[in-house]
Amino acid sequence: METFIILLSLFALAVFLGVELITKVPPTLHTPLMSGSNAISGITIVGAILAAGSGSESGVLVQALGFIAIVFATINVVGGFMVTQRMLGMFKRRG
Amino acid sequence: MNAMVINLFYLLAALLFVLGIKGLTRPKTALRGNRLAALGMLVAIVVTLLDRQVIDYTLVAAGLALGALIGAVMARRVQMTAMPQMVAILNGLGGGASLGVAAASYFSVLAQGGDLSGPTLMLANGAAMLAVLIGTVTFSGSAVAFAKLQEILPGQPIGFSGMKFINLGLLLVALATAWMLVTGQAGAGGFAVLVGVALILGVTLVMPIGGADMPVVIALLNSYSGIAAAAAGFIMGNTVLIVSGALVGASGIILTQIMCVAMNRSLANVLFGKMAEADAN
Repeated sequence: METFIILLSLFALAVFLGVELITKVPPTLHTPLMSGSNAISGITIVGAILAAGSGSESGVLVQALGFIAIVFATINVVGGFMVTQRMLGMFKRRG
Repeated sequence: MNAMVINLFYLLAALLFVLGIKGLTRPKTALRGNRLAALGMLVAIVVTLLDRQVIDYTLVAAGLALGALIGAVMARRVQMTAMPQMVAILNGLGGGASLGVAAASYFSVLAQGGDLSGPTLMLANGAAMLAVLIGTVTFSGSAVAFAKLQEILPGQPIGFSGMKFINLGLLLVALATAWMLVTGQAGAGGFAVLVGVALILGVTLVMPIGGADMPVVIALLNSYSGIAAAAAGFIMGNTVLIVSGALVGASGIILTQIMCVAMNRSLANVLFGKMAEADAN
């Protein structure tokens, strides 16, 4: 229970930080910011690795779900950062 | 590796994400911001691979390789004009991943035959159901957003004015099912119902919104996938998942608000899947 309160505090503080981080964003950066933070939400890959790597003891279903989650999250992460990089690279050439 | 060392590296990853998001809000620092965020992700992944909980590397390596290959090919091939669709797919996959993580944790508890009465276990299960609900809505909602932008589905709003009551009803059914799952009144069947209802809810939330408003919807769904990741973090008490998920969830909703203002739309209408007034008239 105590751990839960610590985690909840961490969550609440991170929410406030997230709100404060975004103030004025020029419209040209709306899509890159969305796609960059979308890549960050692929952090669920950490949970996927822990689930898929838990060994055969945890059962085939858990391993299969973990595997699917890893594939999805990795596409999210790799695709997300690469696409953001491409978008930002294009702005640079234009400017 | 020692749990304390792992958590310190998770902190480093979270700080890099903060700097990354901050950088992405300014044209001058945007490129560096993206690189910092990617570096943070690399740190988080490598440290997780060294975690003692990871026993079997075959599935992990195969999944990482397959995902990286698909992601890289997609990112290279996509047309610049198709970027919103691309982000929608990626976001949907992120939500799907959170669903997978939550489902894996639920079934692993179920397989161990653990009794669902301990308060810690109930909290973990509550977080799992939340991750399932939000992750699934993100998944199916993003699929509809993609289909609308790709013109597989008609771009104009589909639905009727009472749609929000249906959405509210679906949400209540989902929450009731989640509650029964947490208290142990429902089993694997209830879990399937929760996923099914959430899939439908994602579709009915996005269907009534017109193609022109899709970027706002995608920004909102992006925020949802962050919250789903944070919920997944609460299941296993993982700090980096909680912090990064909360960051993306909160900054995503602010970005959605900013985009709504820029496009002259109301955030409440997008949130509740209501048709844009201009389209209704």
